[in-house]
Amino acid sequence: LSICFRTVEPLEYYRRFLKENCRPDGRELGEFRTTTVNIGKCLCSITTADGSALVKLGNTTVICGIKAELAAPAVDSANKGYIVPNVELPSLCAERFRSGPPGEEAQAASQFIADVIENSQMIVKEDLCIANGKLAWVLYCDIICLDYDGNLLDASVFALLAALKNVQLPLVTINEETGLSEVNLKQKSPLIIRKHPVASSFAVFDDTLLIVDPTAEEEDLATGTVTIVTDEEGRLCSVHKPGGSPLTGAKLQDCVTRAITRHKEVKKLIDKVIKSITPK
Amino acid sequence: PGDTSVLAGLYGPAEAKVSKELPDRAALEVLLRPKVGLPGVLERSREQLLRQTCEAVLLGALHPRTAISLVLQVLSDAGSVSFPAGLLDAGLPLAALFCGVTCALQPDGTILLDPTARQEQEARAVLTFAIASSDRKVLMATTKGSCSVEEMQQCLAAAQRAASTIFQFYRDSVRRRYSKC
Repeated sequence: LSICFRTVEPLEYYRRFLKENCRPDGRELGEFRTTTVNIGKCLCSITTADGSALVKLGNTTVICGIKAELAAPAVDSANKGYIVPNVELPSLCAERFRSGPPGEEAQAASQFIADVIENSQMIVKEDLCIANGKLAWVLYCDIICLDYDGNLLDASVFALLAALKNVQLPLVTINEETGLSEVNLKQKSPLIIRKHPVASSFAVFDDTLLIVDPTAEEEDLATGTVTIVTDEEGRLCSVHKPGGSPLTGAKLQDCVTRAITRHKEVKKLIDKVIKSITPK
Repeated sequence: PGDTSVLAGLYGPAEAKVSKELPDRAALEVLLRPKVGLPGVLERSREQLLRQTCEAVLLGALHPRTAISLVLQVLSDAGSVSFPAGLLDAGLPLAALFCGVTCALQPDGTILLDPTARQEQEARAVLTFAIASSDRKVLMATTKGSCSVEEMQQCLAAAQRAASTIFQFYRDSVRRRYSKC
């Protein structure tokens, strides 16, 4: 009977749970789903990428692969490299996504990730420069969603961070005589990551209730969403509230506080995983 | 405001294509055309922001199975953008008016409202809020650059105060428009 009710009147079904301060999957309103992360070639299985990570946030599964290539820097910023994020929502992850050119959601997510990288100064583009005006690294970050069950942005930011921590760039020197670049694959150094941004998403219900880490079903029923990205110093890298029901400043503040707590949890998780795969 | 000008054209409520119509409310579509070049990923994400902000205030339930199209052409881009006066003019039923306010945080900590493009570039962080007229709540928020939590609250408070001035401007423009005819 409850399954019929859920299909016919999903909003009412949800309201009954929210009144008791919990959700159908048993979580509290402020509880995130179980997060697991696999980093690196052995566990993550993208052997052709320079860095990779697989993140599961409940059922939402996102994989991120980083490829590093060489290119000439742009004329107006000769000492900067490039970071090119691309979020893909293929039709295998959810039935609402059709195959073909990237839809609005994928493009908006790609823009969001680019903004997060830029705002948080996670990777400073000057660090990617090898020789001023001649050679720089381009990092292609491909984030692909394998299973969409809500909260794409949090999982994508997490996967990106984990994959970038895993990247090892070979040493590149420019031969003075010939002017050609020589890549030394034996000598690798990790990427310099200055900040560790973590995203926390919230869904707004009926203009008042805030729930953390919405599933796909909850996102459809919600009247608005908010995503807050914080870094380790407690600074806000991004407040992303694309329309939806209006919130007071106090509610926004609650979100920020929760996001800062979440940041600590995620940071601990990443550090633990990195330590477990670093060869002694 | 300032040097930015955007031309907004609103069409609807008109009949929607069967693939796009929604059974219980109007389907809103936003198209943003930049000054030069083809619309890219940045335009798509801005369109999504605008569309969801408008959907929140538009009483779409009054016009089910119709389509409302909002086409924006950027004429000159010099910073903050706000446009819902166009919606009001078309006579669409709105639950609340909203306005966009942009704050730039200077490197030394002072808050600048409605910055020019130059000021935006020099700023440590730029925060844009859409504030609703009914109760000064936040409808939309985006940030560029990083700032501390207190700074965000300060910018929000400043934006809410500035919103009152902008709503007064709306009232005056609408009064002028309708008093002639």
